[in-house]
Amino acid sequence: MSKQFGILAFVVLTAAMAALPFGIGEYGHGVLVGMMSYIVLASAWALFSGPTRYVSLATVAFFGIGAYTVAVLADHLPFGAILVVAGVIGLGVALLVGMATLRLAGVYFVIFSFGLAELVRQLITWFETSVTHTLGRYIFVEITTVQIYWLLLGLAVITLALRWWIEQSRLGLAVHAIGDDETVARHAGVNVTGVKLALFAVSSVLITLAGAIQAPRWTYVEPSIVFNPTISFITLVMALLGGPGRMWGPVAGAVPLYFLFEWIATRFPDQNAVILGLVFVAIVFLVPGGLLSLIDKWRARGSGEQSHA
Amino acid sequence: MFLSTLVIGLVLGGTYALIALGLTIQYGIARIMNLAYGEITIAGAFFVLMLVSAMGLSPILGLILVVPLGFAISWLVYGVVLHPLVKRATHGGQLEIDSILVTFGLMFLAQGLFTMFFGSEFKGYNWLQVPVNLLGAKIAAGRMLGLVIAVLIGGGLWIAMQRTRWGVNLRAVANHPEFAPLVGIDRDRAARMAFGLGGGIAAAGGAVLSMYQPFTAIDGGFLTMKALVIVIMGGVGNLGGALMAGLLIGVVEAFVSYAIDPGLTLAATYAIFLGVLLWRPKGLFA
Amino acid sequence: MLKVVNLTKRFGGLVAVNGVDFSVEEGEVVGLLGPNGSGKSTVMNLISGALPPTLGEIDFDGQRIDRRPPHRIAKLGLSRTFQLVRLTPSLKIRDNVILPLAFGVFPVFGREAEKRADAALEQVGLAGRGDRLVHDLNYIDQKRLELARAIVTNPKMLLLDEWMAGLNPTELRAAMELIAGLRDSGMTILLVEHIMEAVRALCPRCIVMSAGTKIADGSTDTVLADPHVIEAYLGKAHV
Repeated sequence: MSKQFGILAFVVLTAAMAALPFGIGEYGHGVLVGMMSYIVLASAWALFSGPTRYVSLATVAFFGIGAYTVAVLADHLPFGAILVVAGVIGLGVALLVGMATLRLAGVYFVIFSFGLAELVRQLITWFETSVTHTLGRYIFVEITTVQIYWLLLGLAVITLALRWWIEQSRLGLAVHAIGDDETVARHAGVNVTGVKLALFAVSSVLITLAGAIQAPRWTYVEPSIVFNPTISFITLVMALLGGPGRMWGPVAGAVPLYFLFEWIATRFPDQNAVILGLVFVAIVFLVPGGLLSLIDKWRARGSGEQSHA
Repeated sequence: MFLSTLVIGLVLGGTYALIALGLTIQYGIARIMNLAYGEITIAGAFFVLMLVSAMGLSPILGLILVVPLGFAISWLVYGVVLHPLVKRATHGGQLEIDSILVTFGLMFLAQGLFTMFFGSEFKGYNWLQVPVNLLGAKIAAGRMLGLVIAVLIGGGLWIAMQRTRWGVNLRAVANHPEFAPLVGIDRDRAARMAFGLGGGIAAAGGAVLSMYQPFTAIDGGFLTMKALVIVIMGGVGNLGGALMAGLLIGVVEAFVSYAIDPGLTLAATYAIFLGVLLWRPKGLFA
Repeated sequence: MLKVVNLTKRFGGLVAVNGVDFSVEEGEVVGLLGPNGSGKSTVMNLISGALPPTLGEIDFDGQRIDRRPPHRIAKLGLSRTFQLVRLTPSLKIRDNVILPLAFGVFPVFGREAEKRADAALEQVGLAGRGDRLVHDLNYIDQKRLELARAIVTNPKMLLLDEWMAGLNPTELRAAMELIAGLRDSGMTILLVEHIMEAVRALCPRCIVMSAGTKIADGSTDTVLADPHVIEAYLGKAHV
């Protein structure tokens, strides 16, 4: 596939996605927002974790920071300015966490990211109850569901374009080398910690923005709503199932799984956790390498047969 | 208040240290991050709660019964769920991701089941609430007994790991997994054993916790987080380190809870963890 | 070019390298010898920045490099190969070689980098294989690729850590010619090697280590005849 054709296909697909809300109702718009949100989350997660192989469980920490920033600032600033503030806060937290953990082996990072959402949730809850005395906030922002969807679509395009740009640039070489063997990357002149920190920061800012953009959908926000750890793991499963090492992998994982999880949540509201848990276990056992890796395997086998013929 | 807060912190820390001891054995030997670890602790707490409130039995009896149960469940989880993943993994990274996802799935499954059966409110029972006077601080007898039991189990385990051939084998695997087969240790059997043993300790920790503190169906996740932090701070596979780190976390938690806000206990744990990572990344006692 | 003073590395109670001094002049090819566990590879790791020294000083090309991270040392023009071949298999063969070019002091990327990478691949005998995968290469070719990655930036100094181990006699001859070619181009080389044939042919001068300390340093013939060296290698009974 030539480069021009790829870009054209990308533009056409984006236009088609942008046109999707026309002709469907409010419920459909909500579904589209949810789906596009997970496309952003899974792609942004894979931007850092795919090549570096650091398993981040911090997705919802940044997602929640974004959403809660909107909840606090909605009455004081225009929405665009709030998004900027949210992005800056997300960046600051990502740099702090990254500097403390990314120099070390992956397990430290996993454990820290696992607790980060709960850490931030407790701090915000404490601050709200003892300093501002307002736990739980209403969000009134003049924005329609379709506009939220378009913003998320824009964010998805930015995320994918960033991934594409990284793969083309020398940074792409560095991140793959880091994923394979950090020692080799270091001795080839790559500032490994710096690259990891930069990727983690970019990925975290994108996730923060995804949370901020969607916040007006809730109207009422409380720390325990926006820091729900399930979001981190759903994102992880989507990206892994689609294949985090490839640009379109997370998208391919996010779309079908979003509908599966939505269906489970509406069909079995009371047993949601039990079924979700079983689905996680089943996924690990059924598809070890990711959907796209399976496709690659078939492709490799096909071309192998051709060369034998 | 200082003294009683300190004692409350030591009791809590003793229980955390016990729970973390089980996790450091599991992680140190099997090298699998078990995110469903705290669920065994909560399962143990619910089991004792049922024995006490439905059948009127003593929590001590519950503690004795719950250990083999925790052992059996964890042994089975390793054999049925984790061992196939270990066998099929081609490299460590794949096993790490697989085990994180699977054990998170198990954690979710368990939390869902606990909520279905027991509801989502705080649960607990009253036991030995009579205050005991300790150096001027008034502490409930049940709480004191909890500390004594945690120390007894932890201490017994410590001696077993140091003195018995079985303990030496387990430690050998934890320190040098690659050499274990050379000296005739079956790593797979050691891993299974470690998982079961860790599970038994986790359940015992739950029984002790239930003696003095109410709990909910979803507390397991927080316990896992705290135990993981304690294990890393103490140094993986280092029982003495886990004990010290557990006590430290418990005491800090008690003081934060008393002086600032009870809702900040996990935040306090992670603040200490952040400090340790920046200051002494190899563990406090390395 | 390289000056090492009182270099010491402790791992817990074990002293792997103990107060080692030596220097290597520009254009020299020096062999670093010693029995297994004598600390040679640790010295290489200390120089390349893979490990921080416990004590001592390392100067390279007029700059102090101990305490510097490996990526900054690499940018000064010091390259290495590893005792066990280390490559990045998720990159194509050519991209393995482009990596250090793209992150050199003057980064080279795109067409120019591809040209230089292909030239380096040709130099080590891997011409035309840049688009293949690392997994398609056999052991000797992987070693060649590692060398191509180390020399593509035209480094001032090259560290070879048992690069010729495990080769058969034909491959060894080809490998020695390759190193001789680098030497003739003026590259400074420090090599850890067990194959005496290669050491005698390539290194006019040798440094010998035993149990973490330097026990001999001088012309290869003199050093290899030194009773202390023979004792270190073969044990006391043979002296």
